[in-house]
Amino acid sequence: MGPVLRVAFLLGVRQIQRANIWTTVLVVLIMMLTFLSLVGVSGILVGLIAGSENANKEQYTGDVILSTPKGDSYIEDSQSIIKILETLPGIEAYSARYLTSATIEANYTTRRDPNEVRDSIGGVITGIDPLDEEATTHLSLYVAEGEFLSEGDEGYILIGKNMLQRYSSAFGDAFDTLEDVYPGTRVRIQSGEITKEVIVKGIIDSKVDETSFRIFMLDSEFKRIFGRTNLNVNEISVRLDGTQSAEDVKQSLLASGVGDYATIETFEEAIPEFLEDIKQTFAFLGLIIGMISAVVAAITIVVIIAINAITRRKYIGILKGIGVRSEAIILAYVMQGILYVVIGVGLASVVLFGLIIPGINANPIDFPFSDGILVATIPGTLTRFFFLLVVSIFSGWLPAWVIVRKNTLDAILGR
Amino acid sequence: MIKIRNLTKDYTNGKVVTHVLRGIDLDIASGEFVAIMGKSGAGKSTLLYQISLLDQPTSGTIIIDDEDIINMSSFERTAFRLNKLGYVFQDYALVPELTAVENVMIPLMMQGFSRSKARDISQQALAKIELDHRLDNLPTQLSGGEQQRVSIARATAQNPKILFADEPTANLDSVSSEAVLAVLRELHDQGQTIVMVTHEKEYTTYCDRVIYMEDGKITNIEERVR
Repeated sequence: MGPVLRVAFLLGVRQIQRANIWTTVLVVLIMMLTFLSLVGVSGILVGLIAGSENANKEQYTGDVILSTPKGDSYIEDSQSIIKILETLPGIEAYSARYLTSATIEANYTTRRDPNEVRDSIGGVITGIDPLDEEATTHLSLYVAEGEFLSEGDEGYILIGKNMLQRYSSAFGDAFDTLEDVYPGTRVRIQSGEITKEVIVKGIIDSKVDETSFRIFMLDSEFKRIFGRTNLNVNEISVRLDGTQSAEDVKQSLLASGVGDYATIETFEEAIPEFLEDIKQTFAFLGLIIGMISAVVAAITIVVIIAINAITRRKYIGILKGIGVRSEAIILAYVMQGILYVVIGVGLASVVLFGLIIPGINANPIDFPFSDGILVATIPGTLTRFFFLLVVSIFSGWLPAWVIVRKNTLDAILGR
Repeated sequence: MIKIRNLTKDYTNGKVVTHVLRGIDLDIASGEFVAIMGKSGAGKSTLLYQISLLDQPTSGTIIIDDEDIINMSSFERTAFRLNKLGYVFQDYALVPELTAVENVMIPLMMQGFSRSKARDISQQALAKIELDHRLDNLPTQLSGGEQQRVSIARATAQNPKILFADEPTANLDSVSSEAVLAVLRELHDQGQTIVMVTHEKEYTTYCDRVIYMEDGKITNIEERVR
């Protein structure tokens, strides 16, 4: 270590050691809160979307989803595709779903006036194999009322909560809903000339629109009611066991020619467009808020170091007078800034990774469209730490540099 | 050792120019103990600041140890002060966060001594002036006289060519003043060149020469025979 560093270290350490403890505590607290703000605010914003993406993957798309190409009625030659799927490595489970649009009507038995508006809404009927669906999306976990479908449950449906007025009142009149529907309620499904009365067996409480706006029934019943005798499905969600990446499986399916019959997307590609838009908006907001936090941190360090340097101007002059080089004096102040940041970030990291993140993961923030988590990756956190470090170095250097540049005698005499 | 020719220093405040030093010529030999005396405003401290490189004169020449210091860069002046000059300030000017021994260590460490070596030298310097029991005391824990002696130890630990003392006894009682002067006297006896500004004539007893100043000029030089 050179003389400049040695002297700077001694001066810096002693200045911090002998500084007013409450001033130091206050500065460290400000640094800590700044870092929490830098990481936490953008982490929550990103976490809102990450939570939604996770939910979309876990409850709907799986790792890879095959869907009906635009303009087609279903995935042609679905059964051959399923056979190909079963031969691919890394597939843990899949759920083949039949879809059709339909009208669902409730309370028709109590409607006395034929001119009264019918309590009906449009929706998507989804035919599923309950065991396959459970293995792929664990849909039973999201049954808020009633029970999940079992084999042989013909005549029963599961209905998404967003189709029910009592769950969707928070959305206002954004879309039509059914009133007074509970497990056991009879509803009528109508698709074209086909009408079928079914009983609600359970209500699905999911924040994924594709799940909460659907009506689920057994695939065997779907095929029978809607005449899907060719066994061609509309979408297949695939869950992987972790040995293969979603991209690898997608490429394998494309190589097998499945792309000619189905649209193949990884869970990331299948993220709804509005989520992608929100993600970009939130990332931008996080950046802006982070920058504001960094500016506040920089101003704080500048003010603290400036006050310290100005009140010690005489001693800076004396140090220069006895031959201490300006770089050593400036470095001592820079070290102060660095130390404040290192301690502040250290404490903030303990709070963040030890308390806040585990706490939020255990109790996600309940947002209307996702269960928000706090996303703080190690590289992202380190980037913010280094950013704050650079800010602190500049903020410690600037006021010290201004004072050190003054005439030595003027500094000593306080002129 | 020190050769000063036609040295001037003006201070400008708006359109008002104050001539503080008006053509000073002076030679100081190696090993001399010189006192500069004069009334307040005579220019004695200003002269000290110029020849000790703490300030830049308006015109003139200063040669110290065969080096023309007028045209040195800021970096060179700092290095020159560190390696060849020592300072004792009127108000001691110890760094408040540093202990007595650390205050003495700083210039030594800046010169390139390791921390432990600098501490050894500093302890010896403080021991010489009977402050070895106050090594780890902060300046606020020392009396004025003790602080000034630490200041002398700091100024002399690195064996400077010239020691500058700006009214070193001004803030001290007579007992402490005597103690400080005794240290300076001992340094002088060991061959140290000392230039001291003072306004107390009784403290010039041990000087080789007393230079009297008035209105920015040297009015008299009194040679002392010891």
